[in-house]
Amino acid sequence: MITAERKPLDEILSYIKPFKRILLLGCNECVTVCAAGGRKEVGVLASGIQMSMLKNGASIEIREHTLERQCDPEYVEELVPIIDSADAVLSMACGCGVQQLATRFKDKPVFPAVNTKFMGGSDRHGVWTERCQGCGDCLLGVTGGICPIAKCAKQLMNGPCGGSVSGVCEIGDEVECAWHLIWERLKALGLTDQYLEIMPAKDWRAGGGSGPRKIVREDLAE
Amino acid sequence: MEHFEPVIVAFCCHYCAYTAADMAGSQRLVYPANVKIIRVPCSGKVDSLHIAKAFEKGADGVYVAGCLDGDCHFKNGNDKAARKVAHMRGYLEEIGIEPERLEMVKMSAGMGERFARVATEMTEKIRKLGPSPIKAAAA
Repeated sequence: MITAERKPLDEILSYIKPFKRILLLGCNECVTVCAAGGRKEVGVLASGIQMSMLKNGASIEIREHTLERQCDPEYVEELVPIIDSADAVLSMACGCGVQQLATRFKDKPVFPAVNTKFMGGSDRHGVWTERCQGCGDCLLGVTGGICPIAKCAKQLMNGPCGGSVSGVCEIGDEVECAWHLIWERLKALGLTDQYLEIMPAKDWRAGGGSGPRKIVREDLAE
Repeated sequence: MEHFEPVIVAFCCHYCAYTAADMAGSQRLVYPANVKIIRVPCSGKVDSLHIAKAFEKGADGVYVAGCLDGDCHFKNGNDKAARKVAHMRGYLEEIGIEPERLEMVKMSAGMGERFARVATEMTEKIRKLGPSPIKAAAA
C-alpha cells in the first residue's frame, strides 16, 4: 500500500486560512488501511480544524466526504454535484489522489492534508515499513524475496558493504542489513548460487530516471 | 468564571468503571453531577473520534475509565485505550487545548470509592483550568 501521515495541524490550517467552505476528502484505499486518511481520520481532522477555528473565534464550514478511490477518475467524478459547495478541497489521500482532484477540478484549490511516505507493508498493528521503491525492474526473484533497493540504504546490487556488522546496517541499530537478510534467506532456501552471480549495474531508467513513467495497456486503453 | 461548572464526559467500561459507578451509588457516595457517563462495552471501544467530538461539542474535560492492568474482559482493550488517550493528548496540544483535560484512569468494578474520587478530582482539576478554550472563545 501507499503509506501516509497527517501533516502538522498548523500547516493544514495555513493552507485553508483564506477559505470559508472546505471539502475534506478521505480515500477508502491505502490511506484508510494505514490510518492516515480514511473516513475516521477525516472526522478527527474535521473536528480538530473546527476546534482550532472556534478557539480563535473564527468559523469554517467543513463538508466531510470519503471516496472509494481518489486516484481514479470514475470515483472523482462523484464529486461533481458537491464540488461547488466548497471554496477549496483538502485531501487526505496520497499525492496521486490530490493530483487527480487538481487535474479534474482546475478552478478549485486543492491542498494535501497528509505527507505521502512510501510503498510499504504492515509489520504489526500500527507499524508500517518500506518494502518497494517501484524501481520498475523487480529483483526479488533473485534476492530471496528481500529488496535491496528498498531495504539497503546504498541500494547495492551486490552487497553487503563494509558497514554491515552482525546483520545490522551502519546507519542505525534498528536497520537490518538487507544483504545480510538476503544471504541468510538464500542459504536457508539452498539458493546461494544466486548470491554468487554478480549483478550488473542497475538501469535506473525503469525506476523514473528518464522522467515520469506511464503504463499503457493497449488491450484495455480506449 | 466564579460560577463555572465544567462539563465532563466519562467513557466508562461496562465491566469495571460503569459498575463502579453503580457501586458508588449503592454506597451512597457523593460525586459531582458534572460527570456525564457514557457506557461502552470496553474502554478499547473508545475511539479518537469520540474523544475529539466530545471536546468539539463542548466538553471541558474527558476521561476514559477502563479495567485495572491485566484485568480487561477483552484482554487488552484498556491498554489500547491508554495509547489512544496518549495520542489524543498530543492532538489536543496541537489544537491548543490543554492535554490535562483528557485522562485515562483504571479501576475495578468494586472500586465505588475510587470512581467517586476520580470524578471529584477530575471535576476539581477542570474547574481550576477553567472552561475549554473553545467555549472560552465563544463566550
